[in-house]
Amino acid sequence: MGSISEVFQHLLNGLTLGGIYALIALGYTMVYGILKFINFAHGEILMVGAYVGMFAFDFLRGDMPYGPLMLVVFFIAMIIAMIISAVLGMAIEKIAYKPLRKATRLAPLLSAIGVSFILSNLAAYIWGTKSRKFDYPFDNTAYNIGGVAITPHQILILVVSMILMIGLKLYIDKTRMGKAMRATSLDQDVAALMGIDVNKVISLTFAIGSGLAATAGILVALDFKVYPTMGAMAGLKAFVAAVVGGIGNITGAMVGGILLGLLETFGVAVLGIPQGLKDTIAFGILIIILLVKPEGLLGKAEREKV
Amino acid sequence: MINFLLLILIYTGLYALLALGQNIITGFTGLLSLCAAGFFAIGSYTTAILTVNYGWSFWFTIPLAGVLAALAGALIGLPTLRLKGDYLAIATLGFGEIIRNVILNWDSLTRGPMGINGIPMPTIFGMVINPYRKWGYLTLVWIFVIVFYFLLKRLTRSRMGRALEAIKEDEIAAYSMGINTTKYKVWAFMVGAFVAGCAGSLQAGFTLSVTPNTYTFMVSVMVLCMVVLGGMGNHLAVILGALIIQLAAEFPRLLGLSSTVPPQFKQIVFGLILVIMMIYRPQGIVGRKKVNYDKFVGNETRRVAKKSEVN
Repeated sequence: MGSISEVFQHLLNGLTLGGIYALIALGYTMVYGILKFINFAHGEILMVGAYVGMFAFDFLRGDMPYGPLMLVVFFIAMIIAMIISAVLGMAIEKIAYKPLRKATRLAPLLSAIGVSFILSNLAAYIWGTKSRKFDYPFDNTAYNIGGVAITPHQILILVVSMILMIGLKLYIDKTRMGKAMRATSLDQDVAALMGIDVNKVISLTFAIGSGLAATAGILVALDFKVYPTMGAMAGLKAFVAAVVGGIGNITGAMVGGILLGLLETFGVAVLGIPQGLKDTIAFGILIIILLVKPEGLLGKAEREKV
Repeated sequence: MINFLLLILIYTGLYALLALGQNIITGFTGLLSLCAAGFFAIGSYTTAILTVNYGWSFWFTIPLAGVLAALAGALIGLPTLRLKGDYLAIATLGFGEIIRNVILNWDSLTRGPMGINGIPMPTIFGMVINPYRKWGYLTLVWIFVIVFYFLLKRLTRSRMGRALEAIKEDEIAAYSMGINTTKYKVWAFMVGAFVAGCAGSLQAGFTLSVTPNTYTFMVSVMVLCMVVLGGMGNHLAVILGALIIQLAAEFPRLLGLSSTVPPQFKQIVFGLILVIMMIYRPQGIVGRKKVNYDKFVGNETRRVAKKSEVN
């Protein structure tokens, strides 16, 4: 292994990657916690969020020079993308998942796969398959701090994901609505009996998860451009992160996301796993975790009752 | 035109095989597997590598392709059999991606993204089955479909088939009735993978070249669509599903509209099929004929009940 600054560099790269995984993983885990199914279309919501964010940003900024005002415009575009994605997430839930709440476990899963296909291909049809550049809202030259190169983009990722994750954790733990969400995820029927509007809670869950996905989409897009299939792999890996952390567990999703980011970065940099097999690391970890501790690192083992 | 129709029918046959395999896993056992493309790829590459590099005869590679795919099926089945629906779906999806990634990166064996070309045309009794003149290959593929149809039908009527259905209906109940659920789930995966592997082999013999891009997640979803659309747990229905999906996918080209209908159209249709079928007709177009156990058990119990009433 290289010098100490090299280790810090990988640590930083892993953390930023992990922060993005964590943001996406939160959406999966929240939906799973309440509805007990995987929202396969989550990655596609991320993609739509990135497109909306890009269009909004390009429209609002005009030919503005770099500066604080541009950052403000960028955050406005991000909020617009979050709102539109949240509405989309809620609409998908109402149309494609709600009629299936009492169906077999397979049904909503298949429906979700269908939704994800519809969304990604509609995007390809409307916006074309070519990847588009999402311009940085700042001059993205790296700062050099003690031999570690850190770009403003990485700072942005770390700050935004930290704020959102802490905000979400506080919301779930401290507010009335957060309490309702926790109650619903424990037992939907009993929660309904206690006067909780379960439908509202489910809608809100989809809205929050989709909003976070949109943010993650924009953060990814700054580095890797915007294209219709961008959500597929990001979504899959974030799902792995959610499972590693313990699906249904909010802190677990954050831990799992950051862990996965670190493992991928160090796997390529230290263990010398070829770049082409990077995606395999995630799925390898998934299968190992499912074998050794299927409930995830922070999840509670659940006994199936008859 | 007729050539194009034959082409569609050949592909329908190949996909019908995949759907029959998927049907064992998903339709009968209730395990949502998303790696049909992976098994398909293993079959194709087995045939491609053995015929091109080692000069094997096409016919011998077919069973071997099936066996290798079945081994892969066991490999994915063993660690994941403890998982429930959604986890299993993701694990198998990941497994399918791993297979494709390995194929893409194992240059020395698979020639990576270039793929393998120059697979010799299959011959039988000195006659070449030329894939370009489609009739011969069409017959070959559909012979396989028919043979597997009958084999799988026998299989699902057997003790094993009943065990699989019991697992699908209620795993815990099946377990407590003494069914070795683990064993049967792995078997289901192996059988399904075997059929898909053979389909892959036939595909390699037809296209005469294989590239990793053929075996994407899209294929797995298409196969799943066929099973869902036709009717889970019904062999004939999933073959029908394969035909409908193939026609739906190719009808713009059939009608000569390929320039006006965007290429994304068919995927959107698949997505819509999945969503609409799940909401309005989850049992599929044909649905499944359930064995009426009441016919066997019912009379007996009624008679016993009557007897005890008399006493």
